[in-house]
Amino acid sequence: MYPSTVRLLNILVPIKRCVDYAVKIRVNPQQTGIDLNVKHSMNPFDEIAVEEAVRIRERMKEKVSSIKVVTIGPPKSAETLRTALAMGADSAIHVELPESAPSPEPLGVAKALQAVIAREKEKGGVDLVIMGKQAIDDDAGQTGQILAGLLDWPQATFASKVDVDEANGVVNVAGEIDGGSQVLKCKLPLVVTTDLRLNEPRYASLPNIMKAKKKPIEKLSPADLRVDLTPRLETLKITEPPKRVGGGKARCVSNVDELIAKLKDAGLVTS
Amino acid sequence: MSANSTRLRALALYKELHRLGRDYPDPNYDFLGKLRRMYEKNRHLKDPEEIEKALKLGEYIKNETLALYSLRKYRHLKRVYDPAPLPKPPL
Repeated sequence: MYPSTVRLLNILVPIKRCVDYAVKIRVNPQQTGIDLNVKHSMNPFDEIAVEEAVRIRERMKEKVSSIKVVTIGPPKSAETLRTALAMGADSAIHVELPESAPSPEPLGVAKALQAVIAREKEKGGVDLVIMGKQAIDDDAGQTGQILAGLLDWPQATFASKVDVDEANGVVNVAGEIDGGSQVLKCKLPLVVTTDLRLNEPRYASLPNIMKAKKKPIEKLSPADLRVDLTPRLETLKITEPPKRVGGGKARCVSNVDELIAKLKDAGLVTS
Repeated sequence: MSANSTRLRALALYKELHRLGRDYPDPNYDFLGKLRRMYEKNRHLKDPEEIEKALKLGEYIKNETLALYSLRKYRHLKRVYDPAPLPKPPL
């Protein structure tokens, strides 16, 4: 057990601008993707991540030296960064992609985040990465894990409770698994991905949004990070699922024998 | 409390409620219209107690709307990402 050093925590929260959860998804006319001309907002799991970072700072006060948010996306993603800044982050990094660029894939995102973290080393480094467990648009749920693998950091995924034991340089993360829950004791630096149960994100009030306009957003390009974000997967076609066929005539049975016969036909009753 | 400070409070509250009202889920409920009409109705209030009551009502509506939005979002996310397991059929 080494003597406890006063270590200031630098938290990095990667966030993503996704189609808003309430939007009815439609396939675009070219059948290459979904209609993106709709309302977008911060991925709800990333909101939970930002909230957790802010709460950690509220608990630990000056021991958290900075909360940075980072996003990889088109110019409009800057709005999502402003929301995170309004929730309590200090500064933001925008890895800007051109408007027409395809959506980056988890491996690409993780490599870009790895490059950002390497860049941050000169400014104090990153001790804790908190991010959403998955994005509600692609539901990949891979970026956190891939990032931890690339960085060779421990990972605590699907966290429902994060307890930073700063004095000992460990973080106790509780998460639910099939059949119960587990508590992982992880050394810093660490990657945490958030589950729905972790917290309830605060509302970014208008005064806070105004204040956030003064917070710095650093703009970078993938070339600055020497990262290639070309997708490795090509989407050939996207179509809506076939319309559900209704119950049909099976609903109208005149007696029990007919019902049993129909159930046998459907394969639900064997005898 | 000067009239100017309550005016500032009322305006800030209006801006906040307006921003919230833009995302109201039910298209048949005219949130922004109602907001405007309630403010128009109360614009001539002079008694500080009445003004305070009206502002408190506005704050209450703001909190209720926020609760509606966050509950709606949570319920949707829970349904999609953490659905309750189907009950086992009886043997």
